[in-house]
Amino acid sequence: MAAPAVIELDNLCKTYGDHRAVDHLTLSIQKGEIFGLLGPNGAGKTTTILMMLGLTEPTSGSVRVCGVDPVRNPIEVKRKVGYLPDDVGFYHHMTGLENLLYTAALNGIPRAEAEKRAWELLEKVKLTDAAHQKTGTYSRGMRQRLGLADVLMKRPDVIILDEPTLGIDPEGVRELLHLIRDLSRHEGITVLLSSHQLHHVQQICDRVGLFVGGRLLAEGNIERLAQQLFLQDAYVIHVVASPLDASLRSKIEAIPGVNKVEQTENGWDVYCQTDVSAAISKTIVESHSSLFHLSRRDFGLDEIYHRYFEGRDVREGE
Amino acid sequence: MRASNEGRWANDVFSYVKRWSERLKAGAPDEKKRARGANSAFSAIVKKELADYLTSWRMIILIALILLTCFGSLYTAMTTIRDALDSSDEAKEIAKGAYLFLKLFTVSDGTLPSFLTFVSFLGPLLGIALGFDAINSERNRGTLSRLMAQPIPRDYVINGKFVAALLLNAALFLSLGLLVTALGILVLGIPPTFEEFARIMCFLLLCLVYIAFWLNLGILFSVVFRQAATSALSSMAVWLFFNLFYSMVVEVVAKPFLQSDAITSVEQAVGRQELVLGLMRLSPSYLFNESTTALLSPDVRTLGIVTVEQTAGAIAGPLPFSQSLLLIWPQATALIAATLICFAIAYGLFMRQEIRASG
Repeated sequence: MAAPAVIELDNLCKTYGDHRAVDHLTLSIQKGEIFGLLGPNGAGKTTTILMMLGLTEPTSGSVRVCGVDPVRNPIEVKRKVGYLPDDVGFYHHMTGLENLLYTAALNGIPRAEAEKRAWELLEKVKLTDAAHQKTGTYSRGMRQRLGLADVLMKRPDVIILDEPTLGIDPEGVRELLHLIRDLSRHEGITVLLSSHQLHHVQQICDRVGLFVGGRLLAEGNIERLAQQLFLQDAYVIHVVASPLDASLRSKIEAIPGVNKVEQTENGWDVYCQTDVSAAISKTIVESHSSLFHLSRRDFGLDEIYHRYFEGRDVREGE
Repeated sequence: MRASNEGRWANDVFSYVKRWSERLKAGAPDEKKRARGANSAFSAIVKKELADYLTSWRMIILIALILLTCFGSLYTAMTTIRDALDSSDEAKEIAKGAYLFLKLFTVSDGTLPSFLTFVSFLGPLLGIALGFDAINSERNRGTLSRLMAQPIPRDYVINGKFVAALLLNAALFLSLGLLVTALGILVLGIPPTFEEFARIMCFLLLCLVYIAFWLNLGILFSVVFRQAATSALSSMAVWLFFNLFYSMVVEVVAKPFLQSDAITSVEQAVGRQELVLGLMRLSPSYLFNESTTALLSPDVRTLGIVTVEQTAGAIAGPLPFSQSLLLIWPQATALIAATLICFAIAYGLFMRQEIRASG
């Protein structure tokens, strides 16, 4: 944490009337990181992003992007930050290239340089063939890729992508995510992307923040997220062995750190606090059962998400 | 000695150059570059909007309509004037003193309305067509949030659109006015006097202000309403109301008021007349008609109520240009004020509005 964070939010709040869209959000994102802001619709992701760009004023708290306060100096921030809104739009009657050149002109990039950069970027997002087509004829995936090129025109330090994968086919998503990761790795661009599509986020993000109801519930890499959210059952180990009898079960349950053992179709799921795979396998072998399969089930974000909300319903029910 | 002097001199120059280059490298050029960048961003917006207007079918059709009707009315005006001129040589002499040239804009033979009527009718339409989807179309296409993410002040967007539309109008009406003048010279064979020319220029300027009012109303509605259709219909409704119904409503209300038995003195009657006139003048189209009439017909000596006693000593004759200007000063000021107010409201609302990609 020696380097100053590129994006720093401190106790950020935004209220619309009675509704609290963002509630004491504190977050910092380091240079070169890909951070995924994850949350259901209406969680306040877009509001947070707009506050980072100075397009909405926070009710309280502070934001700093690249060391600049977007409330006081939004133009300075927007010079360094590229923002791809969800459902990005282009001028229909202009071609893809013209749209990019217009953005360049708004950023004060000289014409010759802009043209060179536009072609470079069009090649990067594989739109060279469609450069002279009107954007009205573009498909959703093409628009999104053109949007990425558009964001990169100004050579930003940070790019903020709001739901970049929404409504694109799987192959398109794969390409887009690959592109984003490339940018982050090779050009050192910090990426903040918001999504509610978990497996997309999971594929490329270094860190993820789970954002629900205006509050950041947990942040970290996927593993830490699981630990934060499910303090007890952070690991699930799947065991297939034979025979699986009651005495073995009680032995496994006796291993420190194991919380419970559940019967599944073809084996057991062992819920535990720490990774006790070795101890389990040892126990099984020592009790002369034959071990066929033992694996730690990695939590996908999907599962984390699902388990969290499942758990919350129960907790709220109580 | 000399050598060392030269050496010192060279040293001085060197240090100067060094200091200057350092200063150039430091802050100043960066600032300058940035300012130039901001300027070029604004001109980029204006350029793009202007190109959009010029290539959109809506504008092409409207401009064609305006050109067609204006030249149609011009043709009838010319034939009328030429017939009158040809009838006798005396008429020609009289014509020179009678601001004949201005008649081009106001005369009609009854088949087609005059140039002035057409402009006062179609001008607002042009203004509305230029403005009604300025902001909400950007919002609906999802380009507004992209635009807002660029390093430009937010007001560049609305200012740029306004300036582009105004430039288009200015170019259109200036060229139209000059074309009419040129055609008038060609066909009638009488050049306009300087005063006539000045009156025509002022008339065009007034047209511009009037259209700018409707343009700003359109922009205002485009900020307020999310749907372009709603904003178009509302601006048309306002335009129809002021152009057609407002005067009717005022007349209906004024009739019993003016012919009431309660009026006992002349002062009272004049007072009531003036009140009604004041009501009428709340309408921008009435203001426009009053002021353009006064500008283009120098015979109009007053825009208010005059009693017979007041006109008793007056000699019927055209007003000089400066007096005509003085006559319409309040009207012109009110029009400009209305235009600015509309723009100010639109500007204020736009600056406060939440920028969302959708919704």
